[in-house]
Amino acid sequence: MKDIKAKILSNKLVGRAYYKMALGAPYIARAAKPGQFVQIKCSDGLEPFLRRPFSIHRVNGSIEILYEVVGKGTEILAGKKQGDFVDVLGPLGTGFSLPLTSSLEPRAIIIAGGIGAAPLVYLAEELTKKKIKTIVLIGAKTKDAILCEKDFKKITREVYVSTDDGTYGCHGFVSRLFHNILKTTESRFETIVYVCGPNGMLKCIAEICAERSFECQVSLEEKMACGTGACLGCAVPTKSGNKLACKDGPVFNATSLSW
Amino acid sequence: MMKIKIGKIELKNPVMVASGTFGYAKEFEKLVNLKHLGAIITKTITLNPRQGNPMPRICETASGMLNAIGLQNEGIDDFIKEKMPYLSKIGVPIIISISGNNIDEFFILARRLNKIKAISGIELNISCPNIKCRGLVAQDKKETYEVVKAVRKTTSKTVITKLSPNVTDITEIAKAAEDAGSDAVSLVNTFLGMAIDVETGKSKLGNITGGLSGPCIKPIALRMVHEVSRNIDIPVIGMGGIMNAGDAIEFILAGATAIQVGTANFIEPGVSGKIIKGIEAYLKKHKIKKFQDIIGRTT
Ligand SMILES: Cc1cc2nc3c(=O)[nH]c(=O)nc-3n(C[C@H](O)[C@H](O)[C@H](O)COP(=O)(O)OP(=O)(O)OC[C@H]3O[C@@H](n4cnc5c(N)ncnc54)[C@H](O)[C@@H]3O)c2cc1C
Ligand SMILES: Cc1cc2nc3c(=O)[nH]c(=O)nc-3n(C[C@H](O)[C@H](O)[C@H](O)COP(=O)(O)O)c2cc1C
Ligand code: FES
Repeated sequence: MKDIKAKILSNKLVGRAYYKMALGAPYIARAAKPGQFVQIKCSDGLEPFLRRPFSIHRVNGSIEILYEVVGKGTEILAGKKQGDFVDVLGPLGTGFSLPLTSSLEPRAIIIAGGIGAAPLVYLAEELTKKKIKTIVLIGAKTKDAILCEKDFKKITREVYVSTDDGTYGCHGFVSRLFHNILKTTESRFETIVYVCGPNGMLKCIAEICAERSFECQVSLEEKMACGTGACLGCAVPTKSGNKLACKDGPVFNATSLSW
Repeated sequence: MMKIKIGKIELKNPVMVASGTFGYAKEFEKLVNLKHLGAIITKTITLNPRQGNPMPRICETASGMLNAIGLQNEGIDDFIKEKMPYLSKIGVPIIISISGNNIDEFFILARRLNKIKAISGIELNISCPNIKCRGLVAQDKKETYEVVKAVRKTTSKTVITKLSPNVTDITEIAKAAEDAGSDAVSLVNTFLGMAIDVETGKSKLGNITGGLSGPCIKPIALRMVHEVSRNIDIPVIGMGGIMNAGDAIEFILAGATAIQVGTANFIEPGVSGKIIKGIEAYLKKHKIKKFQDIIGRTT
């Protein structure tokens, strides 16, 4: 973990209100694991006051983040130019754990809801590097919020899409798509499900996984101040007491949570 | 050039890190050269483990933040077993912040810590606004006196009493701590505050209210340090919104013998090191030989 003054290598609009920013932070790129995040100081002044957490979207010598403009901090980030510098603290947290290759025949199902796709591309890359069969489901409210479809397709052949309003892919929630996929695919695999998205979706997917005894790893979002485990602001109630989203998480085994 | 003494503790510089903003130091080992710090004050511990308050526990505000952590900690047994070994090895004065539900708990905590050699001092957190009690000890001069007195009797370590700004007259509380034998006072803890989500009509904190910290409280904290330091003879440790060396120097000019860096650790984890260098540079620039010469210079 280091606090780095990173040069912005690029910052591009990639969709409705979505941006991709590449940051020159070789140390973080080397140390990062899928599911980990960085804390970025969006402005040089006091507004907004706290840093903002962003998942590590990709690494390739530098790191990339994929973010949605939702408020003050992300608006300032969107206005940054190539060559500007920002303070980036990372890599932070505990990311996804990859299936042990010794397990029967592992199969990973990645489920992304909206901007929840951000940490999952890097995960898909790492999974396929380990030759683990990987299926990706992408869900969003509407077509223009479907993210990273092309990126995922470069990594694996099996990419399925659904939109809540039916403007693209299957019509309905991604949890329904998940149900359907499970019906139509073989079950000789030991399945691990990785999911990131809105809380309601996480719960829904976790329930389906519990019914089938699939391991389910969810990436949670909590308001954060420090990002390093010092302030205890990001507590997540679990069956073994409070854990910290920034240190023990953001990725948790769904069965360990008390939600 | 920057050496100071607080009670029996000799500090190589006046920059400490504030309780609750630096964990138990290990969290920052990769981000700060811990050996350079004047002292480390650990997250407040209590006799028994505490779950803390419901989420959300933090909320950003203009130039600051609200927190309602509620003293989440694993209790003193776990602290001694799990955290002390690491803290003992750092090589700077370690000050343990404690809080109790009553005088007895403060007494027991202080007595147990008194036996541990690696501990230099105790900070009495009688001012956390996030625990449900009758009111804060630090809001009552008689209770403050009694808690400090009880702790004083049981420990030979340096005792620092941490004061709350949520009072009408902070000086009379500081005097009560001094009379009871406190070696120093530290001020301020957070200001009680709140923030509301207008869409839901709900408080933005699970605990409804929380403690305000950061640059937004600095002018008030500074005034309190100025006032208290003029009215007591023990050292004042100043804090509240210190983000850089300039802020720290303001507190020193106002009358603080040392300062604590709090919320700034979240925004810039390496800031304490920069503040130490910044104070040094200031002394050089103004040709001040001894740090002590500027304490309380602003009259
Ligand atoms: C571990 C982690 C990883 C994240 N990764 C990404 C990512 O890869 N891409 C991305 O776009 N976003 C990500 N987020 C969410 C991102 O941090 C917030 O969107 C961002 O902090 C908003 O800042 P802002 O100043 O623009 O908005 P603000 O002005 O602070 O808030 C605007 C709105 O966004 C909501 N909001 C603010 N912070 C959060 C938060 N932490 N979680 C949920 N809602 C929030 C507020 O309640 C408000 O409604 C992540 C959050 C966490 C905790
Ligand atoms: C998240 C958070 C947790 C805190 N926890 C404690 C604590 O456990 N004990 C304590 O004495 N003060 C605690 N404080 C108060 C700080 O030590 C400090 O007094 C206060 O924040 C004002 O200084 P600052 O503006 O520099 O942060 C906490 C502050 C914050 C922001
Ligand atoms: S954000 Fe501070 S402990 Fe998690």
